[in-house]
Amino acid sequence: MKIQSGNSRAYRFVSIIILVILAFLFAFPLYWIITGAFKSGADINETTKVVWWPSQWVGDNFAALFKKRSAPLWELAVPFSNWFTQDGRLLYWSVGPAAPAAFRWLINAVFMAVAAMLLTCGTAAMAGYALAKKRFNGRAILFSLIVCAMALPKQVILIPLLKEMSSLKLYGSLWAVIFPTVGWPFGVFLMKQFSESIPGEILEAARIDGASELKTFSTVVMPMIKPGIGALAIFTFINCWNDYFMQLVMLDSNSVYTIPLGIATLQAETSTDTGLLMAGAALASVPIITVFLIFQKYFTQGIAMGAVKG
Amino acid sequence: MARQSKPTMSRALQRRENIAGYLFMLPSLIFFLGFVVIPMVICIFISLTDANMNSSGQFVGLSNFIRLWTDSAFLEALKNTFVIVIVSVPTVCAFSLWVSSAIYRMKGPVLSAFRCIFYLPVVTGSVAVTVVWAWIYNNYYGVLNYIIGPKGLGLIEGRINWLGDPKYALGCIILILFTTSVGQPIVLYVSALGNVDTTLIEAAQVDGATDFQVFWKVKWPQMMPTTLYILVITTINSFQCFALIQLLTKGGQGTNTVMYHIYWTAFKLTEQAGHFGYANAMGVVLAIFIGILSAIQFKLAKEK
Repeated sequence: MKIQSGNSRAYRFVSIIILVILAFLFAFPLYWIITGAFKSGADINETTKVVWWPSQWVGDNFAALFKKRSAPLWELAVPFSNWFTQDGRLLYWSVGPAAPAAFRWLINAVFMAVAAMLLTCGTAAMAGYALAKKRFNGRAILFSLIVCAMALPKQVILIPLLKEMSSLKLYGSLWAVIFPTVGWPFGVFLMKQFSESIPGEILEAARIDGASELKTFSTVVMPMIKPGIGALAIFTFINCWNDYFMQLVMLDSNSVYTIPLGIATLQAETSTDTGLLMAGAALASVPIITVFLIFQKYFTQGIAMGAVKG
Repeated sequence: MARQSKPTMSRALQRRENIAGYLFMLPSLIFFLGFVVIPMVICIFISLTDANMNSSGQFVGLSNFIRLWTDSAFLEALKNTFVIVIVSVPTVCAFSLWVSSAIYRMKGPVLSAFRCIFYLPVVTGSVAVTVVWAWIYNNYYGVLNYIIGPKGLGLIEGRINWLGDPKYALGCIILILFTTSVGQPIVLYVSALGNVDTTLIEAAQVDGATDFQVFWKVKWPQMMPTTLYILVITTINSFQCFALIQLLTKGGQGTNTVMYHIYWTAFKLTEQAGHFGYANAMGVVLAIFIGILSAIQFKLAKEK
């Protein structure tokens, strides 16, 4: 047992006070977004004092946001149909009714993030397992290529990626954001770290019992790396949702915008309507924060584990 | 017999491992090669041409790279980028280390509450964060001018046009970048501090080491891999600072960065649609700088 000296107790006290102040400062922007979204125009444009709490909660900002633009609620395209049509446009199976564009942007963002998440988790879990447990030729070279690629900023390859997407006729579709996200090797790296901890004897036992490679993977490996997959899923979801740069470059119309990109374009044209922008920011951030808060336990464990072992 | 069968067995086994290994790698490799490795290779090729949006251009050797060193706009962007990196990397590391060591011994729920709050700006997303900070910094309606102005703390008279004044704009952007950068380092440091070998700490305390000594002699060396990782990711993040610039200042008021300059050269420069070759050359230079910095950080960490 160590007896705390008065000095260190005072230090602890002061540090807690500083921490609480910092916590308020860090939470303030979010507080400001949410209250701002419900403030009336008069509250927002008040210049003589600061309206810390809305004098009256109004839905005007959301109403204005939803009136601003419209887009079909959904469009189900025939994949790659633009390769075969004369005018190079996609054929649609079904197109939804016109709705406020902000709804469509939300749907797009969710679709994009979920698709990227599922594809990343699936491919990375298999690849990570192979890198950790299979002694195939060329494994070391592949792994060092992956580590090098991780240190590169994604934006550097933007122009070639753009050209590639337009020659694949994927430019302007959500897949142009999804595929590069899936290709980003962080997921493989993280899953390799998790797969390292699978005991070789268990895999050996499964093989002796006559389980096929796929069966071993799905029934033995998958349950053991589940926490890692959870962490990777939430990590990919958040990253893809917030990857503004990629969305900005690849997406070009109302019906493919995501909510962050949509809000950014609104900011470019109506930078004076603060209330409307806060409503948009709230719509862009509240869903993702909710997802984060629900799964934050897996998330914090996961990113810590990936780094500590790396 | 036994001597002969062993190598053939292992060769068969090796083949089996090869097939299984590559089949498991295949789906991931398609995406990794197709959308990361191949674009990287193409990137280097394009940087040696004068390609633009409409044509793939002609081979011009290293002239794009030579032109970079006489392009004052690029050099200014490079300088700003380095200012951002040099200011934000050490402050992010020091700040997150201090916060983590102050919170890591707290009880579960309190610890997670603090960790979540410091992570909030990351999750909120760069667009929402930027939009709200634009309002906070606003000349007339912004809360910042009010707080430090005559009616608040009284630190300034009149109003400061934070984002419109080259004296402050870059600092303002670094501050936002800072709030969105400390979240992950704090999570990492908290977990690293929790994993420090407690028997060593106790042994040091029995030997009469002060808290300060325990920290520098026992905990700090054990956290070196985490620190290294944090240095690398923070450096990369700071180099990539883009959304803040594009949404707040459009590179004006002395806030142009290499990342924004690449985007501007490729898509916004109007005299000739898209200087793809030239913009790619900037990308290659940026990648080289990041590579060198990461290598130096690795080397320094290894020596310690």
